[in-house]
Amino acid sequence: MKLEDLRHGTELLKRGFAKMQKGGVIMDVINVEQAMIAEDAGAVAVMALHAVPADIRKMGGVARMADPAIIEAIMDALTIPVMAKVRIGHFVEAEILEALGVDMIDESEVLTPVDEHHIDKRGFNIPFVCGARDLGEALRRIDEGAAMVRTKGEAGTGDVKEAVRHMKIILGEIRSLKGKDEEELHDAAKRLVSPYEIVFETARLQRLPVVNFAAGGIATPADAALMMKLGADGIFVGSGIFKSEDPQNMANAIVEAVNNYDNPSKLAEISKGLGGAMKGIDVGTLPSGEMLQTRGM
Amino acid sequence: MRIGVISIQGNVSEHIDAFRKVFDGEVMRVQNRGDARCCDGLVIPGGESTTIGRALEMKGMRDEIKKLGEDGTPMMGTCAGLILLSKEVYVEERSDLLGLLGVTIERNAYGRQRESFEAEICADSIGKAPFNAVFIRAPLIRGVDNGVKVLAEYDGRPVAVREKNILGLSFHPELSEDLRFQKLFLKMVKG
Repeated sequence: MKLEDLRHGTELLKRGFAKMQKGGVIMDVINVEQAMIAEDAGAVAVMALHAVPADIRKMGGVARMADPAIIEAIMDALTIPVMAKVRIGHFVEAEILEALGVDMIDESEVLTPVDEHHIDKRGFNIPFVCGARDLGEALRRIDEGAAMVRTKGEAGTGDVKEAVRHMKIILGEIRSLKGKDEEELHDAAKRLVSPYEIVFETARLQRLPVVNFAAGGIATPADAALMMKLGADGIFVGSGIFKSEDPQNMANAIVEAVNNYDNPSKLAEISKGLGGAMKGIDVGTLPSGEMLQTRGM
Repeated sequence: MRIGVISIQGNVSEHIDAFRKVFDGEVMRVQNRGDARCCDGLVIPGGESTTIGRALEMKGMRDEIKKLGEDGTPMMGTCAGLILLSKEVYVEERSDLLGLLGVTIERNAYGRQRESFEAEICADSIGKAPFNAVFIRAPLIRGVDNGVKVLAEYDGRPVAVREKNILGLSFHPELSEDLRFQKLFLKMVKG
């Protein structure tokens, strides 16, 4: 092997890893037992964290990176990729996760931010995913080196309304770039507070230059299928599985719903007899101080 | 002629785009039982092999694809697709394998995403120029049966193999700009 010919951590490898997740479901898990349920259900990857977002909301206090011992135990138990979350701006938590060998880092608003600036993700060998509510946020994260974008939605509520809103805003703003000339795209870049080159590329591709998942409030097979129909490349499910009455069945059903999102009669079958979905919180009743989505813009 | 790309999960659209650049026939998504039978060649993309395998079983597509492969339909599997085409996965009990390619696979043997890599490989069957291969949590081909032809190696291990109508690649040709492996597969399809 000629080591000088070997390249790690390139943009192609990082974005390529994210592409391999397309059409899949990534599930939040807090221990090995949940991780095995997720893998058995056909999840493409798991997200290891110390508590699911609904419990983070309930517990209050500072939410941080999960215990590396638990993340490592999950990595040892599974054959599918393992991701984990770090606080926005906490590059040392990210360095720790990279040293641990997790497959992707979520720089996540679900944890308590430590900085108004995000991590410079370009220097890392492993890929990052970041949340966004609109195109400007998404393009700024890509400029910082994110290899995957997801909607923020409103995590831990089981209310998919905000994920729907964010996905529609992002895709609508991409459509509005269509047919614009150079001067207009420069104006758009200023308005989006994003670099011109990435705005130009997005306008030309008519999609984000990285994979675009849905997250934040997905709680049922129908929610997952809805996000796929709206144009998501795949789904993150946080509290929706392990806060439901029957997590194993819910996990199976959400994976199957993503595989069959375009087939309503199949979705009807999948949705039968699942027991209760997570109880959830109507986002409309949340005080603005309790919104997670406004963290890290 | 028609190339079908198994469209359950993974890097589907990149395969479709790559074939559209070099193929004047139709490239279609294979999503449900019956779709595969309309194709002259099938591509199983990279993604998560356990996810794709499980869904092929649940949709009743696994046996159909296996039968087509046994009857001679050319198939190309990349990364997870290679795993599904194989006859055996080292130390794993797998009921979802198609068993069309006489190789033993070891999953994640090149390491996790941190160890994913790009490297130049050479394969006479695509011409003399080196090929930039993209390995993402790639499966290792531990062993090959008699009758399996090794087309390319990396670090002394096979990374591209062919057995009759089946082509298996442990890397992602759809992520390279270089389309010579797509052309090789098209030659197999066109006979």
